[in-house]
Amino acid sequence: MTTTATPPATGRGQGAPDLSRGALSMRRRVVNHVASGSIHLALLLAVIPLGLVIWTVLNRGAGVMSLDFLNADIPNSYRREGPGMGPAIVGTLLITGMASLMAIPLGVFGAIYLNEYGKQKPLARTIRLMADVMTGVPSIVMGLFIYISWVLVVGRFTGFAGSLALACLMLPVVIRSSEEMLRLVPDELRQASLALGARKWRTILTVVLPAAISGITSGALLAVARAAGETAPIVIVTGIVFSTNTNLFDGSNTALPAQIFRNASQPFVGAQDRAWGAALTLIVIVVLFTIVSRVIANRFALKER
Amino acid sequence: MTLTENKPETRPSLAPQKGGLLADRAFSWWTLGTGLLVLGILALILITTVREAWPAFVEMGFRYVTERTWDPNPAEGAPIFGALSFMYGTAVTSLIALLIAVPVSIGIALFITELAPRRLRGSAITVIDLLAAVPSVVFGLWGVLVLAPILVDFYRGVHDVFSGVPVLGTIFGEAASGRNFMTAGLILAIMVTPIITSICREVFGTVPQADKDAALALGATRWEMIRGAVFPHSFGGITGAVMLGLGRAMGETIAVALVVGGSTNLSANLFEPGNTMAAVIVQQFGESTGTYTAALIGLGVVLFGMTVLINLAAQRIVRRAEARMRGGVA
Amino acid sequence: MPTANTPAGTVTSHPSVSVSAPSAGWNDAGVDTPDGAATTVMNLADVSVHYGSYEAVRGTSMPIRQNQITAMIGPSGCGKSTILRSLNRMNDLIAGARVTGSVTYHGQDIYAKDVDPIQVRRRIGMVFQKPNPFPKSIYDNVAYGLRINGIKGKLDDHVEEALTGAALWDEVKDKLKTSGLALSGGQQQRLCIARTIAVKPDVILMDEPCSALDPIATSKIEDLMYELSKSYTIVIVTHNMQQAARVSHYTAFFTAEVDEKQVRHGRLVEFDQTSRIFTNPGDKRTEDYITGRFG
Repeated sequence: MTTTATPPATGRGQGAPDLSRGALSMRRRVVNHVASGSIHLALLLAVIPLGLVIWTVLNRGAGVMSLDFLNADIPNSYRREGPGMGPAIVGTLLITGMASLMAIPLGVFGAIYLNEYGKQKPLARTIRLMADVMTGVPSIVMGLFIYISWVLVVGRFTGFAGSLALACLMLPVVIRSSEEMLRLVPDELRQASLALGARKWRTILTVVLPAAISGITSGALLAVARAAGETAPIVIVTGIVFSTNTNLFDGSNTALPAQIFRNASQPFVGAQDRAWGAALTLIVIVVLFTIVSRVIANRFALKER
Repeated sequence: MTLTENKPETRPSLAPQKGGLLADRAFSWWTLGTGLLVLGILALILITTVREAWPAFVEMGFRYVTERTWDPNPAEGAPIFGALSFMYGTAVTSLIALLIAVPVSIGIALFITELAPRRLRGSAITVIDLLAAVPSVVFGLWGVLVLAPILVDFYRGVHDVFSGVPVLGTIFGEAASGRNFMTAGLILAIMVTPIITSICREVFGTVPQADKDAALALGATRWEMIRGAVFPHSFGGITGAVMLGLGRAMGETIAVALVVGGSTNLSANLFEPGNTMAAVIVQQFGESTGTYTAALIGLGVVLFGMTVLINLAAQRIVRRAEARMRGGVA
Repeated sequence: MPTANTPAGTVTSHPSVSVSAPSAGWNDAGVDTPDGAATTVMNLADVSVHYGSYEAVRGTSMPIRQNQITAMIGPSGCGKSTILRSLNRMNDLIAGARVTGSVTYHGQDIYAKDVDPIQVRRRIGMVFQKPNPFPKSIYDNVAYGLRINGIKGKLDDHVEEALTGAALWDEVKDKLKTSGLALSGGQQQRLCIARTIAVKPDVILMDEPCSALDPIATSKIEDLMYELSKSYTIVIVTHNMQQAARVSHYTAFFTAEVDEKQVRHGRLVEFDQTSRIFTNPGDKRTEDYITGRFG
């Protein structure tokens, strides 16, 4: 396009094209501004509820927070006011911890199969797809599954049943995030190890896994944080207790999310206060895991460079 | 340094060492086993839940999905377990959630990938990560104790505006309390926003910079560039993201159970209390026995089947879109 | 096998190759070698490598002589790296790769059924194009091969010996615990060489070991190769003809040919003493390539 083809510019040097903002047609300018405004509004729409939820939880939760609240047994009547949440905190840590002990190693080995052995074989592709599908299975369904195949079989509610349900929810998440991390390990490292006469299993355990370990840990911690907040399966398979039960294999148990759920549906001030306190405790636990995961991930990213 | 000693015997043995091959094989079988666990668990879920729910399916037959009455303890006659109201509740709350969450999520994803200055980008990502990190039960708690009481007046105001208007007057009907389909939909919208946003972000991220540059170099405004270069590339990916969000919304249990109102109700009025499949299970499971339990597990079977199908379709769409992108770039 | 439609030259049909080295059986102790006493460690006879149905290199026959540096040169896509990787079965790792013909090591076919590729690679080590130290400490990088091969005790001595052998000891002896990734590119490559010689292999394969390095680092590696050849047999693939001329005793010249079906295959054109390849090549194509007239 030659300059002669451009319409004459107004109020400028002769023949010079108008490069001012005003040269853009009114309609195009307005549309662009409206669109960009809507996009900013969308972000605002996400920030507002997040801010309100966090502020409320901090505000209401801090009001009941005390050492006693973290330690004391749960009152066995919703009507009663006062602390605490001790048994639920212990339950959350134990149940989630046991779930992690089961799901993380299994998930990492599953990821090793997908990335180191299965690759693009039909079976590996099926497992990959099904792991993604399993991530979408509602937690309540996982709770029903463990209720039928564990609680009904052993004949009682236990904390371990909760761990099993959480482990099932964590497994596909750990598999997929670990596989992503294994995929980032450069092939040259595998070849170098094999060229030294290392067997494949040794190469995987001593070279590939250590190279990916921080990324895997980071992903696994995110899965743990998610699992710690899961409520529905806990409500269905662990039963309920009001005093601390440290034995996952015997007797009912409870956890923070289940306590929040039960207390939130009560009309009594004491129960609602405890729900807010439990929510604050749970958020602190979840955010701690998330932050640790972030820190590990960032250090990994630095080391890669 | 004496490297001469390293001269090998004339015929070094190249035969495998004992145990070496075995260890390799054992390790690969073990990892395969853990991979197969995924398939095993999914199959077991299907088998066990269908088996446990069978008595209810047999007793109710086809009425299980066409009957809107759910009465476990009728004054007279046999209990009736019709899941239609709950299926309706699930559909309507999920729909509300998507109507709100999809535009918002696309907006946030565009903000992060196309508009945000470097500084704000990190903050926006943190907001989404935090939104995803807050456990759903906390949203439920906030929804039932804070949001619902505030919204009652708003709902009444909306009703006053639309009362008398056909269709809209019915949809925005009388509001008795803040616990209803609408509130459940709003809470769900907050919860599916992070998942839809993160997938949209990935999808927008795959749009070739060259395409965007080409649009901008032709004198497009930023919005015209997004419409002309980003959206056409991303349609499949966005569809997949919406479906994954739908799957999540349908399966969400606790937050919905707290704010949906907990009544068996099939009503076009979004301001009336109702219930969803997932919420009913967690609300009533503790007090159920026999066929009642079987009927609740049946809801789980329906939920499982629907979420698996939706997720399968969504994965297919996302993968196909990704493959097309890669092909397009190459 | 149909007669290959090659340009006029000494190579007329598959698999015969113009070789001016002693023709009466390469397994004999070389008579015509620079030091006069080199024996054959490895021998390739009619080796072809296929990827799926595609034949990447066809009909390669050449010896690898003890304590000599054998260079493989030729244009891109001529299959020299492919052949190198077939010498310690690294090709096994590529799905669909298949080697025909025979590659013998001290008279044993390394592709025989009862041969363990792990044992082959333990004796025939490899240094790669891009320096690829493990994300571990310098010490652990070198000790890795020793540990996996079950060499116990005096690990420190072995590590020092290997690092000294790779001319790296003086530069790193005070920071053995730092990450191998913290070293410069040239140092990383020497670390990879140390890692390889720590397990005391018989043959060291080098796949363009200097292509990612600057000229100073390159000359250090070249000096090192010369030193190493006193104790090891070395096979090096290089793009750099001057490098081949400088360091190697023998040179194999590969080229890419288009066959009757318009498919490209790598071919060995000529194998001889380096001095002869560069001064008096037996094949027109070799001469064209080394004088820069290659298309």
